[in-house]
Amino acid sequence: MAKITYIAADGGACTLDVDDGVSLMEAAVANGVPGIDGDCGGNCACATCHVHIDARWLAAAGAKSEMEAAMLDFAEGVTADSRLACQIMASATLDGMVVRTPLSQH
Amino acid sequence: MATRAIDFAAWPAEPPHLAAARARAYAMPLTEIDMLDTDLWVNDMHWPYFERLRDESPIHYHANGRFGPYWSVTRFADIMKVDTDHARFSSDAHLGGITAKDMDQDFILPMFIAMDPPKHDVQRKAVSPIVSPGNLAHLEVLIRERAQAIFDNLPAGETFDWVDRVSIELTTQMLATLFDFPWDDRRLLTYWSDKATADETVPGNPTKAEREAIMLECLMYFTKLWNERVNAPPAGDLVSMLAHNPATRDMVPMEYLGNLLLLIVGGNDTTRNSITGGLTFMAANPGEYAKLRANPDLIESAVSEIIRYQTPLAHMRRTALVEVEFGGQTIRKGDRVVMWYVSGNRDPRSVDRPDEFIIDRPRARQHLSFGFGIHRCVGNRLAELQLKIVWQEILKRYPRLPEVVGIPGRVPSAFVKGYTSLPVRIPA
Ligand code: HEM
Ligand code: FES
Repeated sequence: MAKITYIAADGGACTLDVDDGVSLMEAAVANGVPGIDGDCGGNCACATCHVHIDARWLAAAGAKSEMEAAMLDFAEGVTADSRLACQIMASATLDGMVVRTPLSQH
Repeated sequence: MATRAIDFAAWPAEPPHLAAARARAYAMPLTEIDMLDTDLWVNDMHWPYFERLRDESPIHYHANGRFGPYWSVTRFADIMKVDTDHARFSSDAHLGGITAKDMDQDFILPMFIAMDPPKHDVQRKAVSPIVSPGNLAHLEVLIRERAQAIFDNLPAGETFDWVDRVSIELTTQMLATLFDFPWDDRRLLTYWSDKATADETVPGNPTKAEREAIMLECLMYFTKLWNERVNAPPAGDLVSMLAHNPATRDMVPMEYLGNLLLLIVGGNDTTRNSITGGLTFMAANPGEYAKLRANPDLIESAVSEIIRYQTPLAHMRRTALVEVEFGGQTIRKGDRVVMWYVSGNRDPRSVDRPDEFIIDRPRARQHLSFGFGIHRCVGNRLAELQLKIVWQEILKRYPRLPEVVGIPGRVPSAFVKGYTSLPVRIPA
C-alpha cells in the first residue's frame, strides 16, 4: 500500500491509501478526487488522467511507455513532470508520493 | 404531419420494428449479415444484428460487404484494443482511410484523421489550439448568446423541424464562428458537410463527379478566405491559424481542403445529431428529464450519456499493416477492420444496462463515441460544451420538454448515425 497525496489546482490536498497494483487514476476516480476524469478506464488511450509528479518522486514513478508518451504529446499543459495517472501503479516504493492535478482535463 | 405527442410510455419494451429486425437478424446465416446495408440504418434496425455479432462472432469477417470484405469488431474491449494499436492498424487514406468505404484513390483529400504518425501528430498539434481551454472559454460566451437567440425565436404551439431550426442552426453558427466564416453564407458549411459524407450509391445523393465538383467549390471559397488572412496579422480563427502556422502554411490545396472538411464534418454532423438525439432520448424517458430538472448538476453526465446513447459516428475503420492474431481470428495484412463504436457502447460486458438511457450513470464519460488513442476526437470538449449550453437553455425555458410529435427521419449511412428531421412542438 502507498499513501498518495493529490494536490488540486486550487491548492486543496487529499491523501489516499492506495492498494498495491491499483493505479493512481483508479484510486482518484473511485474517491472523487477533483481534476481527473479517466475517460478510457485506464487504457492509456485518452490522456484525461494527466497529473504532474512532484520532482522528488519523478524517478520513482518509472519510465513512460511509448504509448503514454504519444498520448501525453497531445495533452494540454504538458511539462517535463507530466504523467498519465493510470500508468502508475501503487506500491510500497511510492509511499508518500505527491502529485498535482490540473484545473480540469482537456 | 401528426401533431399529437407520441406516447413513448405506451410502447412495448421493444418497439415493433425492432422485434421484426430481431427475428430476421437471428434467422439469417451469420455469413450473410452486412452491417453496411443502409436499410439497417435508415430504419434503425441494426441493434439486434450487433447483439448477435457480439455474442456469436465478436471478430467477424464479412466476405460480401457492400464495399468489399471487412472485419467487424463489436465488443467494447476489443474496439479499445484496435483503437490503441495504431502501429498495426493504420488510418492512412492511401490504404483506404477511416470509413468502411475506401476513400476514392483518385481524389484523396489528405486530412490528419486519415494519416498515421508522424505527419498526423504535426498537423493535429497545429489545429488543436482552436479548442484549447482558453479559446473554449471565449467561444462559450458566443455560443451561449447565439443559442439563446435561437431558442428565443422558436415558435410555440406549432410543429417545426428541430433538426433544421435548432440542431443545424446551432452547429452551423458554431462552425462559422470557428472559421470566422462570412455570416450570411454560413449554411454553405452545412451543405458542404452533408455532401462530403453523402454516399453516392444512395439514390438522390450527388454522383461521385458531382460531389467532387462541390468539394472544389468549397476549396475555392476557402482559398479566398486564406488569401485574405495570410496577408493579415495572425488571428484566432482556424483559417488564419492554418495560414500562419509553420506546420500547415505550406499545405497544397488538396491538403487544405482535406483539413477544412475534416473540421467541417467533424464539428457538424456529430454535434448536430447529438442535439437531436438528446431530445428524442429525454422525450422517451421523461423520468430522466425530471431528474435533470431536479438536479441541474447532472448536466455534464447527461451530456456524456447522450453522446454514448447516440454514438454520432457509428464506426471508424482501420487497415491492418501486418498479420494480426485477434480473438481467435487471423486478420491479414491489408484487411479492412471496422470498429463499431455504436455496438461497443451497447456491450453489456463493459456497460451496465447498456440499452437504457440513464443520465446519472456512474462513469458516464467512459464511452467509445469519441474514439480512443492518438486519433481521439480533438473537438470532444467543444462538442460537450455545446450540448451543455443547449441543455442549460432548455432547462431554463421549458418546465415541460418540447414534444416530439412524429418519427425522426434517419440518415441513410452506416457511418454518420443521425437524423434528417424531427417534428417537434413546444406547448403553447
Ligand atoms: C459529439 C460530437 C463528436 C463526436 C461523436 C466525434 C467523434 C470523433 C471520433 C470517433 C473521432 C476519432 C476518429 C478516429 O479514431 O479515426 C474524431 C476525431 C476528430 N474529431 Fe470529432 N467528434 C465530435 C465533435 C467534433 C468537433 C466539434 C470537432 C471540431 C472542432 C471535431 C473534430 C475532430 C477532428 C479534427 C478529429 C481528428 C483527430 C485525429 O485524427 O487526431 N469533432 N471525432
Ligand atoms: S485514463 Fe485514459 S489515459 Fe489514463
